[in-house]
Amino acid sequence: MNEFKTINILFCGTGGQGVLKAAEICARAAMLEGFHVKKSEVHGMSQRGGSVESHLRFGRRVFSPLIPYGKADYLISFHEEEHRRLKKMLKPGGSDLTGYLEKACRAAKDKRYLNIFLLGVLSSYLSLKEKSWLKAIDNVFPAKISYENRRVFAQGRKEKL
Amino acid sequence: MLIMAKSDFLSGNEALAQGAYEEGLEVAASYPGTPATEILEYLSGFAQIDSQWSVNEKIAFEVALSSAIAGKRSLYASKHVGLNVAMDPLMTSSYTGINAGFIVVTCDDPGLHSSQNEQDNRLIARMAKIPLLEPASPSEAKAFVKEAFEISECFDTPVILRLTTRISHTKENIIIGRRKESGRKDFKINAAKYVMVPANAYKRHIELEKRLTRLKVYAESCPLNRIELKNKKIGFITSGISYLYVKEMYPDASCLKLGFTFPFPDGKARRFAKSVKELVVVEELEPFLEEQLAIAGIKCRSKHPSFRIGELKPEYIPYIVKGKKKPEEERNARRPVLCPGCPHRLVFATLKKLKVVVTGDIGCYTLGAAPPLSSLHTCLCMGSGITFFEGFRRTIKEKVVGLIGDSTFVHSGIPGLINLSYNQTKGLVIILDNATTAMTGAQPHPATGVTIKQEVTKKLILEDVCVACGADHVDVVDPYNIKGLEELIKKRLGEDALSVVIARHPCKLLKREKSAPTLYLEEKCKKCYLCMAIDCPALRKNDDGSISIDAELCAACRLCVSVCNPKALQRK
Repeated sequence: MNEFKTINILFCGTGGQGVLKAAEICARAAMLEGFHVKKSEVHGMSQRGGSVESHLRFGRRVFSPLIPYGKADYLISFHEEEHRRLKKMLKPGGSDLTGYLEKACRAAKDKRYLNIFLLGVLSSYLSLKEKSWLKAIDNVFPAKISYENRRVFAQGRKEKL
Repeated sequence: MLIMAKSDFLSGNEALAQGAYEEGLEVAASYPGTPATEILEYLSGFAQIDSQWSVNEKIAFEVALSSAIAGKRSLYASKHVGLNVAMDPLMTSSYTGINAGFIVVTCDDPGLHSSQNEQDNRLIARMAKIPLLEPASPSEAKAFVKEAFEISECFDTPVILRLTTRISHTKENIIIGRRKESGRKDFKINAAKYVMVPANAYKRHIELEKRLTRLKVYAESCPLNRIELKNKKIGFITSGISYLYVKEMYPDASCLKLGFTFPFPDGKARRFAKSVKELVVVEELEPFLEEQLAIAGIKCRSKHPSFRIGELKPEYIPYIVKGKKKPEEERNARRPVLCPGCPHRLVFATLKKLKVVVTGDIGCYTLGAAPPLSSLHTCLCMGSGITFFEGFRRTIKEKVVGLIGDSTFVHSGIPGLINLSYNQTKGLVIILDNATTAMTGAQPHPATGVTIKQEVTKKLILEDVCVACGADHVDVVDPYNIKGLEELIKKRLGEDALSVVIARHPCKLLKREKSAPTLYLEEKCKKCYLCMAIDCPALRKNDDGSISIDAELCAACRLCVSVCNPKALQRK
C-alpha cells in the first residue's frame, strides 16, 4: 500500500439527491480496506435544495480534506448544472462519470436508488473489493432495502463503457 | 495477544465529543448552531453525560461552567457567533478559574457557509485571556480534548478549543477508546475566588496574569507545538486546518505546527525562524499568529490582506507564499430555498402582498429575504427580529412587522418583547412557530416540551409567555389557512395595540403529510407567473411557457392555488 496514490473523488448535486449518502458508502468501503479516508462537506443547506458537494479522498495518508483545484480523479454529478459548475475540478485525464446519469435515471426506476446505481458504476473504476462495497451499503442503509440496493448496485457495476 | 482497536468514521464534531466522553466528561450544554450542532447531539447519546440544549448560549455557558466549579468535568459548545451571546460569563470565567476541567468549544465558520459573519474567535481567546487550542483534523480534535482537560485542571482555567467548519464537518477514521471516569472534585466555599466583586476580582486579575505567564512557559514545551524540519529553504508557521493545506501543497517544506496558539510560544517560533531561510505564516481569516510573531519581533512573510476574507483552500497556499492577492472566487452555488410546503412561505407571501417592511431574524425563514419572495428586510443576530422592529416602528412611516422563529423567540426574543411593551411600542410581531429548531436539523427547544434526550418535559406555552410579556392581543393561526392568516394580519396591523400573531404549523422536516399534489390545467393558464413568485421548488416553468408540478415534491400547501386567479392550479 506504500505506493498507493491518494484517490480523489468529487460527488456533487443538490439537496435531497443522496449525494452525501453515496460519498459515505464509498468512504466506508475504502475504510474497510484499511485506507486513511477523509470526506468533507458542508451541512445545513442540503435539505433545502442548495448545492451539495462532497470531497472524498483516500490513500495511505491524506492531508487536506478538500480536493485541490483541478485534482479530482473522478467526478460524479447528480445534476447537470452542478456538473457545469464543478467540472473544472477534474484533473486532465480524470474520469467524468456524469455521462452515466441518464442511464442511471432509466435504470433506477425509483429516484432514491440513483446514487446506488452511480456507486455501482464508480466501483467498476476503483480497485476496492465488491464485498467491501456491499458491506458499506449494508452499514449505511436499513436491512429492508438491502436486496434492492444490491440489485441496483450490480446493475451499475456492469455499466462501464 | 494483539487487540485490534475499534475504529469508526466520525466527523470532527463527533470525534471531539467521543474524546470528551472518553476523558470522563460529565456535563455538556449548548444551543444548536451550524457547524457546532453535532457535538451535543453525539454526547446526548451517552447515559453517563448530563447533556442539554439550553435556552441560549449564555445559559449553556453558565450551566457548564458552574458544573465545573461545583466539581464535574464540563463542556460548552457553540458556533462562533454563539460565543458572543456567552461573552459575559466567558470574560470573567478566566478570573474565577474552574475546579474540575472546563472546555469551551467554538466552531468558527470561515467562508460563512451558514452564518451571519466570519469572525475569528481566536481573538476572543486573547481578549478573555484563556488558553487556545487549534486542532487540524477530526483525529486531532479528539486527541486535543485530553490535553485541554489536563491544561484546564493543571492551570485552573477554562480552555478554548477552536474548530472550523472544515474540521467540524470532515469525517475521518477515528480510533474508539474506553471511558476513563474523571472523578469528582470537591467544591470548597471560596468567596475570594468565586464571588467576583471588585476587591476579589482585582486579586483574581493578578492571579490571572501570573497564570498566563506560566502558560506561556508551558506553550514552549507543549507537545501540541512541534517543529518539523525538512527542506530549510522555506518554513511555514501554521495552525488548524491551514497546516493540512500546507502539507498538501508543500509536503517537503519545514513547518512549525502549532496546536497551542495562545499564549504564544515565542521561543519555539524564534528557534524555528532561525533554522529556515524564508518564513511564511499561513492562517485562515485574521492575522492572529502573525501579530503574535510581530510582538515577539520575528519577521515573516505576511499574507495579502485579501486572505483575511473567506475560507482558505489548498490551491491558495502558493499565492500566500508569493505574497499575492487571493484569486477571485466564484460564488455561484445554488442558493437554498424554503422547502416545498414550508409554512413560512405562506406567511411571506402574505406579507409581500401587504407591502410591509419586515424585520427578520436567524433561522430557515431568513431564506425569505431572497427574490422572488423578497419579504424579509433585515437580519442581524438572534433576537433582532423583535428589537429591530422597535427601532423601525419608532422611525419610519411605513407599516412594519417583526418576525422571529419559535426557537429564536425563546433564545433571545422574550426580553425584546418585554421591551416593546415596557416602552409602549405598538404594532405587530409574528412568531413563526414550526415546533422545532429547523435550520440546524430539527432540534427540540423549551416550547416543544421535549429534551435533547427525547424525554418529555414541561412545555413552554408561547401564547402565555406573550401575554405575560405584555402583548395586548395574542392570536394563534395556522398559516395553511391562507385567508384567515391574511385577514388576521390586516386586522392587527390596523390597530393601535401591541399584538403577537403565532403562525403555527409543524416543519415539513418533522412530518411529511401525504396529500394529493396540486393539479395544473394548461388550458386555463394565463401565463401570468404569479405562482412562480412564491418560489416553490415543486413548480417549474417549462421552455414552452407552461408550468409543471413535481408531484413528488408538492406538499399540497395550496399556496399556489390561492395566488392563481384563472384557477389553472387546482386542488385535486
